[in-house]
Amino acid sequence: MTVSSPPVKLEKPPQNYLNWAFGIKSWLLTTDHKRIAILYLITVTLFFALGGLAASLVRFELITPQGDLMSADNYNKSFTLHGMLMVFFFLIPGIPAVMGNFLIPLMIGAKDLAFPRLNLASWYVFMVGGLFTMTVIVVGGVDTGWTFYTPYSSTYSNGAVILAALGIFAAGFASIFTAINFVVTIHKMRAPGLTWFRLPLFVWAHYATSIIILLGTPVLAITILMVGIERMFKIGIFDPALGGDPLLFQHLFWFYSHPAVYIMVLPSMGVISELITAFTRRRIFGYKAIALSSLAIALLGFLVWGHHMFVSGQSVYAGLVFSAITFMVAIPSAIKVFNWTATLFKGTISFTTPMLYALGFIGLFTIGGLTGLFLGAAAVDVHVTDTYFVVAHFHYVMVGATIMAYMGAIHFWWPKITGKLYNEGWGISSAIIIFVGFNLTFMPQFIMGYLGMPRRYYAYPDEFQIYHIASSAGAAILAFGYVLPLFYLLYSLFFGPKAGDNPWNAKGLEWTTASPPPHENFEETPIVTEEAYAYPVPQKAEVTSGA
Amino acid sequence: MENFSFFPEQASTMATQIDAIYFVLVGLSVIFAVGIAVAVIVFGIRYRKSTSVDRSNPLHESMKLEFAWSFIPFLMAMGIFTWSAFVYYNINTPPTDAVEIYVVGKQWMWQIQHPLGKAELNELHVPINQPVKLIMSSQDVIHSFFVPAFRVKQDVLPGRYTTLWFEATKVGEYHLFCAEYCGTEHSKMTGKVIAMEPQDYQNWLSGGGGGESMVEAGARLFQDNGCASCHIDGEGGRGPNLHGIFGTEVALEGGGTAVVDEAYLRESIYEPGAKVVAGYAPIMPSYQGSISEGGVLQLVAYIKSLSEGQ
Ligand code: HEC
Ligand SMILES: [Cu+2]
Ligand SMILES: [Cu+2]
Repeated sequence: MTVSSPPVKLEKPPQNYLNWAFGIKSWLLTTDHKRIAILYLITVTLFFALGGLAASLVRFELITPQGDLMSADNYNKSFTLHGMLMVFFFLIPGIPAVMGNFLIPLMIGAKDLAFPRLNLASWYVFMVGGLFTMTVIVVGGVDTGWTFYTPYSSTYSNGAVILAALGIFAAGFASIFTAINFVVTIHKMRAPGLTWFRLPLFVWAHYATSIIILLGTPVLAITILMVGIERMFKIGIFDPALGGDPLLFQHLFWFYSHPAVYIMVLPSMGVISELITAFTRRRIFGYKAIALSSLAIALLGFLVWGHHMFVSGQSVYAGLVFSAITFMVAIPSAIKVFNWTATLFKGTISFTTPMLYALGFIGLFTIGGLTGLFLGAAAVDVHVTDTYFVVAHFHYVMVGATIMAYMGAIHFWWPKITGKLYNEGWGISSAIIIFVGFNLTFMPQFIMGYLGMPRRYYAYPDEFQIYHIASSAGAAILAFGYVLPLFYLLYSLFFGPKAGDNPWNAKGLEWTTASPPPHENFEETPIVTEEAYAYPVPQKAEVTSGA
Repeated sequence: MENFSFFPEQASTMATQIDAIYFVLVGLSVIFAVGIAVAVIVFGIRYRKSTSVDRSNPLHESMKLEFAWSFIPFLMAMGIFTWSAFVYYNINTPPTDAVEIYVVGKQWMWQIQHPLGKAELNELHVPINQPVKLIMSSQDVIHSFFVPAFRVKQDVLPGRYTTLWFEATKVGEYHLFCAEYCGTEHSKMTGKVIAMEPQDYQNWLSGGGGGESMVEAGARLFQDNGCASCHIDGEGGRGPNLHGIFGTEVALEGGGTAVVDEAYLRESIYEPGAKVVAGYAPIMPSYQGSISEGGVLQLVAYIKSLSEGQ
């Protein structure tokens, strides 16, 4: 691709959101959705790094069957920290608060989100939550697991449970703020001509996600508040010794935490739809089916929480109903996978870094989804629940899929966000390394899970060691794959070639404005006259060569 | 690392049933995953940017296709669901003639009591070819009783009884794990299940260290804790006669009834005020804190024995 540079033009570079104002205050008090997205990007990356560190401790410990690297308590604190940070401070906010924040106004032709100050408040509340969580580490950690099961968390654990709960509480509110903003913005601020069924699927996915956040997160907030109340004031809610019901906690917790899986995965699916259309250069197959299946997932996702409780002592009949609905919720996810695959047919496919991540997503998500059926089948779940099978399954769905999409998104919109191009060679290598590392880490866990290796064990019988070694080796490769982009992306920031407005030649309003976009996003409000992904359609019997 | 394997031993009747579903799921998953992988690779190569192929008339929508690839998987899903539902129901329905063994989980050990008095720690001896039912409770937090070779698992909760049953099919020693995270030494809350020929099991039961049976121990507790002063065998006691009540329905003060099962008996001892028998004053003291979960299990066994042969 040749970039025709205009003849000698020595004026200062055009105004954009990055050079629009300078100084630390202009960032910390900004109400620009793009800058807030950058704030989120930086902090979320830091939390991811910390969560990854905790994971490395866990994987190191598990190389040998004996508990030798650290004490049992420190091991328990490590996996708790890993889970808490990754779930509440990376996976849940990751794509919405970073990519959604940056892109939704651009994609719908708006100047900003509906409530810019609420958006900034969201980041501050998120940081308060992060601060609480950091304090937890300083005062000695918490060892309840990210699931906070009662009565262990409310009565028996002697970790900093209250602080950790406050951290999650705050992070929850941050995502509620973001969700309110998205819903209102998508309803009210679409550019003229941009009807619902012309919206990019990324926007649809975030709309569905926001609904889940708004309906689910308050339940989580109340639940952890109750754990805190029981712990502090000994008011019996969950602990039977105080007259409470421990299963009540599980019901409330999973009522949020199952849909939370979709809070992580739906935005990823939105990303994938964008990436696949851009690199097959054709309209997506089954636009409406994909858009509506997001909503179906959002709603059905609230009816399956009991599949986490097949052996908890919940009634058999309740278990059967949850099992049936779980099988049903698999269908809309399958629909999406089929539609993406069908989009490749007669496309003009280029295997860029973002496209590789998108294909990687399809692979990991398919494996994650299919193994979900094993867990949805109540009888099989009895054997595999609380083993490494579950650990592997949810890492494929929540982590594998979400990270593939997150990395794909970062690479795809990097030129838009920064105005610079990264190096494709490095990009492709890291995508492949991550994909290989991920599978090496988690595939063996399915096998040892079915063999009976329980989760959250820091010492284990010898026969599982070989699988743990493979898994830890995979984790090392994975870690390397995660670190690589940090370097070449930062490098591109300073030394990368200029990107131009639309380096991928992609459709979508965000590509019609400058890179990086100006403070107000568009010089003038765009008017939309075509469908999403209106790539030129090859004429009848015409043979096109994409080269 | 010597006993490396891909697949866990099958040592119970449940194992074969669950593994059958598992293998069918593995088969279907492989078909789907490979199908998608092949499609992605074939399309990826055929329609890669540098090739000239016919790209005319790309489909953008097809109700027929959408319907087909929603409906066929839906039918398959419902098929698997139904199959697994029957097995799940079976897992949760212990046969009535099962040998009953009592289990108390506590941080971080398994206390096991056999009906005839043998007690063991972190070891469970069971006969093969005979259904065994575990009646379980926890002294503190939630634990989970997990025997991979039997493919059974059941959470063990404080404040209530859960049951788990299996029928071992092979003599041997199998892992027993606590599968629900329960604090510092969770990963040490392990033990073994020893499946024996029924004859060997009987010998083991009557072997040394047996002491009193659960019913005897319960009877002793019943005397020692003064239960007998209120609950007499006959009319006119301050508390109801406990003979013959197990399995019946009792009328409660303020209307309603309750079925007398293990959980009801436990509640009557720990929280007598929760369900007061009609016609009696709520004068029974709570034994929460003074009788352990294990003791309550012995009392329960004793009270159950009062209803046998009636
Ligand atoms: C002070 C007298 C008293 C003592 C001592 C006492 N109980 Fe009771 N118990 C009662 C009364 C009165 C009731 C009926 C009212 C109620 O349900 O609380 C009752 C009810 C029960 C019931 C429910 C009976 C039914 O028909 O449903 C059980 C079981 C029971 N007691 C067991 C025990 C055991 C075991 C002990 C000793 C550990 C014990 N009780 C000690 C007075 C007593
Ligand atoms: Cu779930
Ligand atoms: Cu445990």
